[in-house]
Amino acid sequence: MSEKLIEVEHLKQYFDVGSSMFKKKYVKAVDDVSFFINKGETLGLVGESGCGKTTTGRTLLRLYKPTGGKIIYDGKDITNVDMLPYRRKMQIVFQDPYASLDPRMTVADIVGEPLDIHKLAATKKEREEIIIEMLRRVGLNSEHANRYPHEFSGGQRQRIGIARALAVRPEFIVCDEPVSALDVSIQAQVVNMFEDLQESMGLTYLFIAHDLSIVKHISNRIGVMYLGKLVELADSNEVIFHSLHPYTKSLISAIPIADPKTSRASKRIVLQGDVPSPLNPPSGCRFRTRCPYATELCAQKEPEFREVSSGHYAACHHLDKIN
Amino acid sequence: MSNQPLLNIEHLRLSFFTPAGEVKALNDVSFQLEQGDVLGIVGESGSGKSVTAYSIMGLTAYPGRIVGGEIHFNGHEIHKMTEKEMRSIRGKEVSIIFQDPMTSLNPVYTIGNQICEVIRLHTNKTKEQAHARAVELLSLVGINEPERRLKQYPHELSGGMRQRVMIAIALACEPKLLIADEPTTALDVTIQAQILELMMELKKKIGMSIIMITHDLGVVSNMCDKIAVMYAGKIVEYGTADDIFYNPQHEYTRGLLTSIPKLNATEHERLVPIEGQPVDLLNPPAGCPFAPRCKSCMKICLREMPPYTHFSEDHYSACWLTQKKEFEARKGGDRT
Repeated sequence: MSEKLIEVEHLKQYFDVGSSMFKKKYVKAVDDVSFFINKGETLGLVGESGCGKTTTGRTLLRLYKPTGGKIIYDGKDITNVDMLPYRRKMQIVFQDPYASLDPRMTVADIVGEPLDIHKLAATKKEREEIIIEMLRRVGLNSEHANRYPHEFSGGQRQRIGIARALAVRPEFIVCDEPVSALDVSIQAQVVNMFEDLQESMGLTYLFIAHDLSIVKHISNRIGVMYLGKLVELADSNEVIFHSLHPYTKSLISAIPIADPKTSRASKRIVLQGDVPSPLNPPSGCRFRTRCPYATELCAQKEPEFREVSSGHYAACHHLDKIN
Repeated sequence: MSNQPLLNIEHLRLSFFTPAGEVKALNDVSFQLEQGDVLGIVGESGSGKSVTAYSIMGLTAYPGRIVGGEIHFNGHEIHKMTEKEMRSIRGKEVSIIFQDPMTSLNPVYTIGNQICEVIRLHTNKTKEQAHARAVELLSLVGINEPERRLKQYPHELSGGMRQRVMIAIALACEPKLLIADEPTTALDVTIQAQILELMMELKKKIGMSIIMITHDLGVVSNMCDKIAVMYAGKIVEYGTADDIFYNPQHEYTRGLLTSIPKLNATEHERLVPIEGQPVDLLNPPAGCPFAPRCKSCMKICLREMPPYTHFSEDHYSACWLTQKKEFEARKGGDRT
């Protein structure tokens, strides 16, 4: 049994969106989510926009103060501690490489800043060496160090963002849609790089994306989120080939397959309607308004997120009927 | 009349004259589109796919200018038309759906206002008739309670809904050609599936042609009859969906196909990306634009632009490698 690096228990993240006269209004971005990530593993998190996947990643790093629940890192509860020592171990790569780099800093300063904060370089020379080493690891070279972000293409900027995350030699990286802003041919380069870095540096990833094919490619296990809840969590191949939850099933069938024969032959489950507003989520099961199997029970009682078979979790009342 | 294709673009060249120099956004682009066909244009950002579409609509923005070539559409010579003439066919015979439904509707007018505007502009319907048509259109694109929706403003609708409204506006005058510029890129997959299904359904009903511009190979694979793959302002390969996916001839097309992870793979296969960075259009390479990133680059590729090699009537690609193969095959054939 491999060791757990991160464990999240009943994590809740509500955002205050102003109050009416008597009642405070919240967006329940993440509502009672529990999972763990083993050392050296990649856990993928998929879902549509507004489902809370990014918020989960950020709350995990305590970039937001969690409303409820527990975050355990390497056996220690970090829900309410000073994060500075942990920031060195837990890093993040952001989605938009155009917005996440300071345009007025050189690449060397961007990658060097975390070194200064955590006092990881004793001398100027050592600092420079680490910076060049990191740039080399992400496929850039020392010539790039004195340039500014605007001189780089999207793919190269994302590499700079990754070098910055790697500079402090972290153990765990939250990758928040790291390739969705990139062109297809560049995506593959960056995905391969994430895999290589994981192997050479022994990293653990939480890989957040809306593109299920990419998540499936890179992850050992996948969690599927819908409106702030985890609806299914299992081994990647389990999720794709033996999905249990009706939302996962429709999500998989909605993905256009880049293979004309398969896509002509396959029958799609097209979900009706839109994702409901997280301000006012449906009672009971949150997926019931779009679910083809919904019954009265689904409106009354929230389904429990339970282990259906070994390591395969799902939250639905009608699992036996559907599968 | 039927032997004339609906759209015929010949040797189109379009450049943006920026302070930093001339950017050749389109470099000798030619293709035809028959009535009722769906053409997919795929390519990465900056490959010229949107610029092609905009030039058909006569929407080339300053500092861009068509510097050569011809666009024939439904009996019109678009490259020669004035803005005023263009306005009479834009929205009527050819219309467009933009990528981002959040910004392409006017926030200060109601949905009804924006749909009726198109109808009133191109037909001589009265206000009441236009309103009735708008209601009809909204139910056509699958929006419930059309009467109520017509009175709403864009911010009151979700992204998928807004894209449906955009489609309703585009279809208001039953155009011959609908251009969809990344219509689902800003939408979630389950909504994307709804919109794509709707577009194919409407195509059957109205019988229009569609040009589908996207970077998503999955989207084109099950929608399009023909696919054009663009790179750096040039169509590098053109063919049917089966040609492109099962018998790709250009190294770039092959590279694209190996770059995307397959959802139905059971084993973990490492992706084979296209190495290098996208081409800098301000300083494009002298020969084939893809040569600096190509695995099979030869000397001639760096010097000269390759001509098209035809494999069948509608499958061709621009690559020296296929030229060489064809030449060798012909030479071998002569000997026997």
